[in-house]
Amino acid sequence: MSRDNLQIDSNGQLRHFLSISGLNRQLLTDILDTAESFAGVTEQTVKKVPLLRGKTIVNLFFEASTRTRTTFELAAKRLSADVLNINITQSSAAKGETLLDTLRNLEAMHVDMFVVRHADSGAAHFIATNIAPHVSVINAGDGSHSHPTQAMLDMFTIRRVKGPDFGRLRVAIVGDIMHSRVARSQIHALNLLNTGEVRIVAPKTLIPAHAETLGTHVFHDLQEGIKDADVIIMLRLQRERMLGALLPSEHEYFELFGLTEDKLAFASPDVTVMHPGPINRGVEMDSEVADGPRSVILEQVTHGIAVRMAVMSMAMSPRETAAEQPHAS
Amino acid sequence: MPADLRQHRIRISGGRVIDPANKVDAIQDIYVANGKIAALGSAPDGFTTDEEIDAGNQVVCPGLIDVCARLREPGQEHKTTIASESRAAASGGITTLCCPPDTSPVIDTPAVTEFIRLRAEAAGKARIVTLAALTQGLNGEQLSEMAALKKSGCVGVSNAMRPLLNPLVQRRALEYAATFDLTVFLYPNDHWLANNGCAHEGRVATRLGLPGIPEAAETAAVARDLALVEQTGVRAHFCRLTTGRAVQMVARAQYDGAPVTADVATPYLYLSEVDISDFDSQCHLLPPLRTVEDRQRLRDALQTGTLSAICSDHQPHEADAKLGPFPSTEPGISGLDSLLPMGLQLVNEQAIALPDLIHRLTAGPANILGLPYGTLSLGASADICIFDPEMPWQLTTASMQSRGHNTPFLGREFKGRVTHTLLDGNRVYSLS
Repeated sequence: MSRDNLQIDSNGQLRHFLSISGLNRQLLTDILDTAESFAGVTEQTVKKVPLLRGKTIVNLFFEASTRTRTTFELAAKRLSADVLNINITQSSAAKGETLLDTLRNLEAMHVDMFVVRHADSGAAHFIATNIAPHVSVINAGDGSHSHPTQAMLDMFTIRRVKGPDFGRLRVAIVGDIMHSRVARSQIHALNLLNTGEVRIVAPKTLIPAHAETLGTHVFHDLQEGIKDADVIIMLRLQRERMLGALLPSEHEYFELFGLTEDKLAFASPDVTVMHPGPINRGVEMDSEVADGPRSVILEQVTHGIAVRMAVMSMAMSPRETAAEQPHAS
Repeated sequence: MPADLRQHRIRISGGRVIDPANKVDAIQDIYVANGKIAALGSAPDGFTTDEEIDAGNQVVCPGLIDVCARLREPGQEHKTTIASESRAAASGGITTLCCPPDTSPVIDTPAVTEFIRLRAEAAGKARIVTLAALTQGLNGEQLSEMAALKKSGCVGVSNAMRPLLNPLVQRRALEYAATFDLTVFLYPNDHWLANNGCAHEGRVATRLGLPGIPEAAETAAVARDLALVEQTGVRAHFCRLTTGRAVQMVARAQYDGAPVTADVATPYLYLSEVDISDFDSQCHLLPPLRTVEDRQRLRDALQTGTLSAICSDHQPHEADAKLGPFPSTEPGISGLDSLLPMGLQLVNEQAIALPDLIHRLTAGPANILGLPYGTLSLGASADICIFDPEMPWQLTTASMQSRGHNTPFLGREFKGRVTHTLLDGNRVYSLS
């Protein structure tokens, strides 16, 4: 089964949201447009719409997360769905239950959607392949593979700040590309939206093999990498990277790849600085930059709710059609 | 074995007899008596036929020899057993299987060798030979009692997929093995460079975010192994080469006269990193599937003989072992059922000539294992595989004889099917 038809039903509608690759430009634009309509809702005093009333959504997190889980929960509640948070790191997995058993048990409780985060690449894809046909799966991060809602909220943020024409944009993603599911999804999304140039910037230890085949230009020098960039996306650096002999120290990393006001001067004058959070201040970037006028880091968090509302409502809507046409492929 | 069967006289008539060890490729009859090859061509004096097998339009060759098949017994009988997999071997024309030492308990005492021998005898469908552990418990620290293990019947020594982290231990293990004229079976994989990866470090793993195993994990290990082979003078066999570069290194060492051989497993001749694109856990193998270029270089090396054996690298699993996110699934393919059919596909694709293929499945592995089988020489054990090279069939869970159904080739149409298998002159399989 190819990932293309796993995510999209026969009518071209979103069925699961597992990865950006396998989707098309129109669908990404639809998600952004739908998110735009929900952005209004989240700014009203009464923040709820009844789209998913009576639906049950389970946040199934096999890895710790604060902001992703919270924004998914808020998004589901604003769509009037019932939400259940399950933190598997503390329950079934510890008792030796397999992932499939956990799923079957939850499925038996007539859940309509799983929002899944898992440490293994391919986990969301596996779940979508093995779940009952009426259940949708949204990937909230799988290993180093994909984090598509994060990428979409970043695209949403870029579109709001820079306008809809991605073709004139130079976007630089800086940091641990190797281990980053966020970077992979961003690169796919930026390329699908015809971004002028997508760059990745990191020392060779943090760049995966054949990274250029993802559709990027690879840089190992921050100043060159962000030269004339319109958008700079800084990635979080995990502390354990020092232990794996990938980097000598946070100090040297910050010296070479940390974003400071000085270095920002190489970028385009109206550059926008982004970060998926949580920030290591003084490692990836100075507080001055993080809290400065070019930073849209908190807007990203806010947009996360609208984008997740969009994806959830879109993935849930074709379910009715599927029920009427049980033989549709 | 009952004496009356031993006396059984069989004429296999009209088949295309291919015996690469003796450079035989001709349509002729074969006569079997007392479990041995009695004659090729015309009947020996006074031969009376108890049974005749019509092999018209079929190929008659030595029983196949698989240099690596995991039978999961002892230790993992929930997956498969010696009985179930011996049956699968027989139906695939395989008469001799070599079982690596990573059973549970590990094959590091003669008692385990004996247990496997008894179970194989009870099953009576295939000959099973064993490799002994190179180090106790495969822990890479203390040498195993290789002399005793050899005496108990082990045909070689190996640390299987478990690492020999300390090169000094490896050097001494190789020297000690050489003392007893034991071949060392090496799995070239640098533990640290492999870094718990689960896919070839290349463009597909990069896209999927899967932890990669670089080519250097194999080439660095081969380089170290070759240096120690040269130092110790031990006879060594490289198991499951996957990269073109490693093959080139082994070819060079062979050219220089080093006593080294190497094999390839069938999946690596057909699949590549591209096949894991959809996180297909059936294509989760260790060592990993490499690039399309590597696959071509493996095919070339098989043709030239640098790789002198094709094995199934049979790793049967229960269904659950493959049901999970890709990195969490158990690696390996159930390969006994498709060893010959996939080889024949190489012939159909003109990647190798039929006699050369048969060589890589019989005389080649016999030479690696130091066994007197894999040939139809007069007086040799009558291990015979008869197959119809044109018969179409489909690999399905129903047609598979192995109890492990984990293979990415389910549903594939094959041309060429085994019709009879003889072990020591006894019919252990006939296609009904």
